[in-house]
Amino acid sequence: MNQTSHDVQELQQQALKDIASAGNLAGLDDIRINYLGKKGKLTALLKQLGQLSAEERPKAGQVINQAKVSVQEAIEARKQALEEEKLRVVIEQSRVDVSLPGRGQARGGLHPVTLTLNRIQSLFGHIGFDVVEGPEIEDDYHNFEALNIPHNHPARAMHDTFYFPDGRLLRTHTSSVQIRSMKQGEPPFRFIAPGRVYRCDSDMTHTPMFHQVEGLLVDENVTFADLKGLLINFLEVFFEKQLKIRFRPSYFPFTEPSAEVDIMGERGWLEVLGCGMVHPNVLTNVGIDPDKYSGLAFGLGVERLAMLYYGVDDLRLFFDNDLRFLKQFH
Amino acid sequence: MKISEAWLRERVNPDLDTDGLAQQLTMAGLEVDGIEPACPRFEGLVVAEVLSVKKHPDADKLSICEVDNGQQTLTIVCGAPNVKAGMKTVLANVGAALPGIEKLKLSKLKGVVSDGMLCSASEIGLGEGAEGIIELPSTEKTGADIAELITAQDQVIEISLTPNRGDCLSIDGIAREVGVFNNLSVDEKSIELVKETSTVTRSVIVTEPEACPRYLGRIIENVDCSIATPLWMREKLRRSGVRSINIVVDITNLVMLELGQPMHAFDNNCLKGDICVRYARQDESIRLLDEDEYTLNDDTLVIADDSGAIAAAGIMGGLDSAVQPGSKDIFLESAFFSPSVIIGQARRYGLHTDSSHRFERGIDPELQAKAMDYASSLIIDYCGGEASQVVEISAEADIPKNQWVPLRASQVKKMLGVEIQPEFIERIFMQLGFDIKNDKEQWLVKAPSYRFDINIEADLIEELARIHGYDAIPSTYLNTRLKVQPQNSFQTNLTQLREILVNRDYQETISYSFVDPDIHNILKLNDKSMTLANPIAPELSTMRLSTWPGLLKSLQYNLKRQQSRVRLFESGLVFVGQEELKQEYRIGGIIYGNKYKKQWDINNSLCDIYDLKMDVDTILAAIIGTGAYQFEATNIEMLHPGQALSITGEAGVLGVLGQLHPAIKTTLSIPNDVYVFELYMEKLSGVRAIAYQAVSKYPAVSRDIAIVVGEDIALGDITESIKNTATNLLTNLELFDVYHGEGIEIGKKSLALGLTFQATSSTLKDEEIEAIMEKVVSGLNNKFGAKLRE
Repeated sequence: MNQTSHDVQELQQQALKDIASAGNLAGLDDIRINYLGKKGKLTALLKQLGQLSAEERPKAGQVINQAKVSVQEAIEARKQALEEEKLRVVIEQSRVDVSLPGRGQARGGLHPVTLTLNRIQSLFGHIGFDVVEGPEIEDDYHNFEALNIPHNHPARAMHDTFYFPDGRLLRTHTSSVQIRSMKQGEPPFRFIAPGRVYRCDSDMTHTPMFHQVEGLLVDENVTFADLKGLLINFLEVFFEKQLKIRFRPSYFPFTEPSAEVDIMGERGWLEVLGCGMVHPNVLTNVGIDPDKYSGLAFGLGVERLAMLYYGVDDLRLFFDNDLRFLKQFH
Repeated sequence: MKISEAWLRERVNPDLDTDGLAQQLTMAGLEVDGIEPACPRFEGLVVAEVLSVKKHPDADKLSICEVDNGQQTLTIVCGAPNVKAGMKTVLANVGAALPGIEKLKLSKLKGVVSDGMLCSASEIGLGEGAEGIIELPSTEKTGADIAELITAQDQVIEISLTPNRGDCLSIDGIAREVGVFNNLSVDEKSIELVKETSTVTRSVIVTEPEACPRYLGRIIENVDCSIATPLWMREKLRRSGVRSINIVVDITNLVMLELGQPMHAFDNNCLKGDICVRYARQDESIRLLDEDEYTLNDDTLVIADDSGAIAAAGIMGGLDSAVQPGSKDIFLESAFFSPSVIIGQARRYGLHTDSSHRFERGIDPELQAKAMDYASSLIIDYCGGEASQVVEISAEADIPKNQWVPLRASQVKKMLGVEIQPEFIERIFMQLGFDIKNDKEQWLVKAPSYRFDINIEADLIEELARIHGYDAIPSTYLNTRLKVQPQNSFQTNLTQLREILVNRDYQETISYSFVDPDIHNILKLNDKSMTLANPIAPELSTMRLSTWPGLLKSLQYNLKRQQSRVRLFESGLVFVGQEELKQEYRIGGIIYGNKYKKQWDINNSLCDIYDLKMDVDTILAAIIGTGAYQFEATNIEMLHPGQALSITGEAGVLGVLGQLHPAIKTTLSIPNDVYVFELYMEKLSGVRAIAYQAVSKYPAVSRDIAIVVGEDIALGDITESIKNTATNLLTNLELFDVYHGEGIEIGKKSLALGLTFQATSSTLKDEEIEAIMEKVVSGLNNKFGAKLRE
């Protein structure tokens, strides 16, 4: 018995030594087979148990089994260590410079006027204003006549209109869209008409083409107080701050009362939009009873709002399409 | 319009400083555009009399003058050619301050000491004036302080008037408004009626009473038109932006500025026969005061005598009958011309005068007699003369009269959203000079004759809001009924499309809708286009036929600014045709330079047609769905004949794309190839319907083949043939290589294709696939002579 115990101990120690020195998983597996395989050394000892006496057998069996478990555990531990080491090496070898930029197509951008238009449309969309559009080459009726600006009205001189030889013209405001849209339906109307407008004027502060958003709300009991509330609300949300705002009496043939809206800037009052209550003649022109319905209308200069919002100081930059300018709005 | 604050305050003097007054005017709807001091700072300037003038012994152009400054006689050396003994002028005493000179010193000119300086208008900052020193009327008191005499402490207020407020184009008009806002009464101008000491009159015939409902004429004889205009009057004119001409013209201008009635004075001795107000004869010509000859249209109203037209009514007088310093007898005109007759006339002849500006906007039809009296009294006061009786021709029926306009308190509240007390409403209209009376449940309100913008209830409500103050009207949130509206598919698609392009590294641009007609020719865009009658420049005169001219211009602009890779898009209307004009919404794009932004680990070469095709394909797949469109080779003059594609779908041609024709690229001096696309938005609108199809539970089988075909065989034809042969078990077909070179005969190409088969009801067997593949290959061989690559 002592002899067996001694042999087992020696074998176990040899096995643990071999395991500790195994340099890779394949070598480790060879060691496992060498001790624990079918023809392994510890397996062989177990097979010899039959030669021992009945008293010695259980004791010897226990000793061999203990040795077997201890070798198995050592192999398992070594295996885990070797696997971890292998992973460590893989990771170490695949480190990269993460400060290098990503690969593939970059992103372009929208024009700042479109960005501004999108904001305006979205803000008015939240309170139920649809977007409507109309032609840019207009006739006199929709651009002037129906908006209470008859032929030879002095207000026409305010417009610097581009004409075509046949008498058609480039719309001077998107107010012209009002007429078409109102003729197509029944009140209530609640829409904005964004788009390009044209004035025969070009200098530091005027370009012959610019963008306007005309807004219109026609319903029962729409008041000038509503107009004030709506526009103050819009301007403060648009500029993302509290503003000092004033409504100043003005004149547009298609609204009455009419107002110009100024906001207080760093260097005094800045005109940002024109507005008013829809003139009864305009309502009558599109077949709406001005005693039953009233309406509010406003016209926003998109470039003006974009300039104030982004701090752009030269209107003409919007139409040069210089990438060095446009990329700033990405 | 410029007005002198001091002049305004002669009429109404509120307890406000200049800024306060300006603020009040602005909030009354009379927008103040600017405020400037009326005069530069000066002191020590006095009215002086030149007693004697003699030549300077050592200088031809200098005179030595004895001058009385009211306290003593001084010796003054003067270089002005118009200095003469007995004249009154402006003297800067030694020590005086004037523009550019802080303190005037004694000076010695060619050996003679000068005790001061005689001044020209420009030297003291009172306008350009004629050459030489200021000539003052003999009535100015010698020694009087100039600053005091002309109220130098004054501000010029520039007001930008809206076209409806013609009634405010005068000191009186502004004074009325200031009176209302400050609850002050405005002093009526007291005008002394002149004595009618002459019996010489000139008959007036008005053949067009509708155009000229009222005409007043008066002769004043023996007028001294040569006297200098008094300094105060010159100053009032100058501060109002009006140049001094001569005493009589200055007086008529003063009356216009003060009361608002434009007047005209003729030299009576240049008139022949009766005065006639009529329309011009076709091609009648007249030389006006600006010394230009005008050929008139027959809808232009004129004042005529027996010799023909002597003035363009309400616009400008004729040169030949103009009052000159030597004129002796004058004929004064004060008339009311209908705005509709004057409007547009001045502009047609390229003219714009203070008179036409007022008549176009409308003047008070009851003002003519007052203006005539005022002008007559000023002329007789300053120039002497004997006035005759005023000849007046009035057609009462044609003179506009304000009507009673009903006003309902309920409507005031409905429109403004605020209740205004009835007493307050009545008070406002009374202050405005309106008549107001009760009529059952409403008021009746009538505007005074100088207000011609009050015709309906809304006009009255606007006046109420204006006087009550926009600030006093509350702000409320909309109380409204909302309904979910159908989505606007055009807008939704446009937004999505723009987003796709942005995500594929396109930058949006916005170009003018008008382009240089030359670019249409260069691009061979041959449709009829709309051309502006009044463009701001020839290169911005034609409405674009495509988005490409603008995109190419932006490309060129950026290439000149060191950009080597440009990817742009633009959306908007294009204008095709003339009589049958179509305004189509298009979205166009352009790519140029490398495929990618410069980067460290990518195969980055110049972009080509296939890059562009993928961009367009992505858009179309997203907007109308794959399968709803096809690409086809096409021919478009401005595109490379071998690299032009059209896209067709159910709605017809949806757009085009291709390489810009190399010849055009050369014409436009663009170094590398340019690729462009344009999509027709209206054809892409509508909501895309997506219908689900069940995903097969059975495995898919893939087969790859490589075939060799002639170089000229299009892939499109090959894939179509495969799809036709392979039955609907073929679920995917993709090209994964195109190869030329070693192992492939010259003039041929090898195409590697991947086919995927899948059935929805069973697992496909190898034999089934092999059978299909055999048919596919033999089909390709029959049709295109294709061989499997060894």
